[in-house]
Amino acid sequence: MFEPVLLKNIEASNGHLLSTYEAGGGYQALRKVLSENTPDEVVELVKQSNLRGRGGAGFPTGMKWSFVPKGADKPKYLCCNADEGEPGTFKDRIIMERDPHQLIEGLAVSGYAIGAETAYVYIRGEYVAAIRRLEQAIAEAHEKGYLGRSILGTDFNFTVHIHCGAGAYICGEETAMLESLEGKRAQPRLKPPFPAVAGLYASPTVINNVETLACVPHIVTRGAAWFRGIGPDKSPGPKLYCVSGQVKKPGLYELPMGIPLKELVEEHAGGPLPGRKIKAVIPGGVSAPVIPERGLEVGMDFDSLAAAGSMLGSAGVIVVDDSTCMVKVATRIIEFFHHESCGKCTPCREGLNWTVKVLRRIEAGEGVPGDLEQLDMLCKGIFGNTFCALGDGAAMGLRAALKHFREEFVAHIEEGRCPFH
Amino acid sequence: MSMREKIEQAAAAYPDQRSAIMPALVIAQKEHGHLPGPVLEEVADILGVERIWVYELATFYTLFHTEPVGMFHLQLCDNVSCMLCGSENLLKHMEGALGIRKGDTTADGLFTLSTVECLGACEMAPVMQVGDDYHGNLDVARLDALLESLRAGAGRVAGDEHASQPLPGE
Repeated sequence: MFEPVLLKNIEASNGHLLSTYEAGGGYQALRKVLSENTPDEVVELVKQSNLRGRGGAGFPTGMKWSFVPKGADKPKYLCCNADEGEPGTFKDRIIMERDPHQLIEGLAVSGYAIGAETAYVYIRGEYVAAIRRLEQAIAEAHEKGYLGRSILGTDFNFTVHIHCGAGAYICGEETAMLESLEGKRAQPRLKPPFPAVAGLYASPTVINNVETLACVPHIVTRGAAWFRGIGPDKSPGPKLYCVSGQVKKPGLYELPMGIPLKELVEEHAGGPLPGRKIKAVIPGGVSAPVIPERGLEVGMDFDSLAAAGSMLGSAGVIVVDDSTCMVKVATRIIEFFHHESCGKCTPCREGLNWTVKVLRRIEAGEGVPGDLEQLDMLCKGIFGNTFCALGDGAAMGLRAALKHFREEFVAHIEEGRCPFH
Repeated sequence: MSMREKIEQAAAAYPDQRSAIMPALVIAQKEHGHLPGPVLEEVADILGVERIWVYELATFYTLFHTEPVGMFHLQLCDNVSCMLCGSENLLKHMEGALGIRKGDTTADGLFTLSTVECLGACEMAPVMQVGDDYHGNLDVARLDALLESLRAGAGRVAGDEHASQPLPGE
């Protein structure tokens, strides 16, 4: 029986308070590393756990930490990406609203590991309740000596600041987030240099997602072997899955990495609405290529989904049933990417503009022969040619819709109307 | 605390004043309701940064408003999960109930109606943000009740002796 750890305080009415967190063993990981481990040992432990970033890319967290140069002159920074903007994703919000100390302890342990004394949590401005809870929790942690100077009587100093985003999906891209933190328009940077070497204020910087950081204290207290023992060895751990859309029980589920998508949607989330059938599922936020119903046996982990031509992304699982027009879904997704394109590079800014125009006319029943070939060409022009992954995500999503549901696009053009209206 | 003091306090979190422009704009917008040119200039002066730096952020990020918005900014999510759960009907209903189109403000200045990208609360789709609060699992009946309670709350703020009472949902 899988025992939830990340969500264990979620149902508690006072899960956000320090007393609740401490009663459940909170801040023991911080005590442990400060009294027993060198920073390098913490990095090694996280490497051994095979923890991979929960923000979407799945990069090994311990390896990312180890890229921070030793003994650099400049201060090192830890940034938490809490700008959760990938449509279909709400896990980080729930952690911050209901168990914010889990994140703060994760930040403190991670800051110790990489040698940072300052952390910025970049949290989207819409998340007002989460911002308030996190502010309260930071104040409580300061009072109790878990943050601030000489933490728990050691020479470790660590401060956490909140930086509110202001509505830009692109800040999920880590270098765009750094630009935003520096007070600029959020447009991605050229890499290299990578943030670990020259990130915030050109200093060594590690950027981790909320859920990633929340895993860290559990790895410290329960061990790397425990973490690796859950789910596939190359992509292990407890995982938060956000289920939404046309499904009986939408919600946040903590289950092992790698569980079959079908089990998640049909057993845990209750399956389709009465009288409906599942047509397709987007497994990892709208950047992740859609999977038709016949492919739902796939395991929900980084490698299995990549092998199936999609991706785990942020594990925002959006369920689409047979009453829904896939052209409409695809159009809405591309409208989103077009709206959120930062405008820096031409293939994304202009390519998505054209793609939206073609999709809208197909959905409106005004598509013309050649439109699908034009969409194929636009995807080819965007994919691999953009400055960051935003354009790639858009093109991959549309390609999957065109591949698996081409007959719906064709029907729109041939019938001159949306067959679902 | 004055706006200047709040901004200076927020700026202390950063080694570079430019980083404080976003938090300063949040403070200024709370103070003034929106961010017209003179307010942007004031923010630049308080932080001692270039005015263009302030202006470029105010016009890049969607949560900053350089034009006035109504007392209640109805921000309905119409991204995929909310669309699948009926946000389109809710938008049509609000346009009818308020007599305005998406993007407009009612003549009495009470409501501005917008659609927004994913609010990150898809477990309660369809969802709408009004001010600081999220309202989820919306249907037409809940929406009507919400609009009604907002109007009642607005009346209280405008004239009632209990003007400091928190608005519904606070």
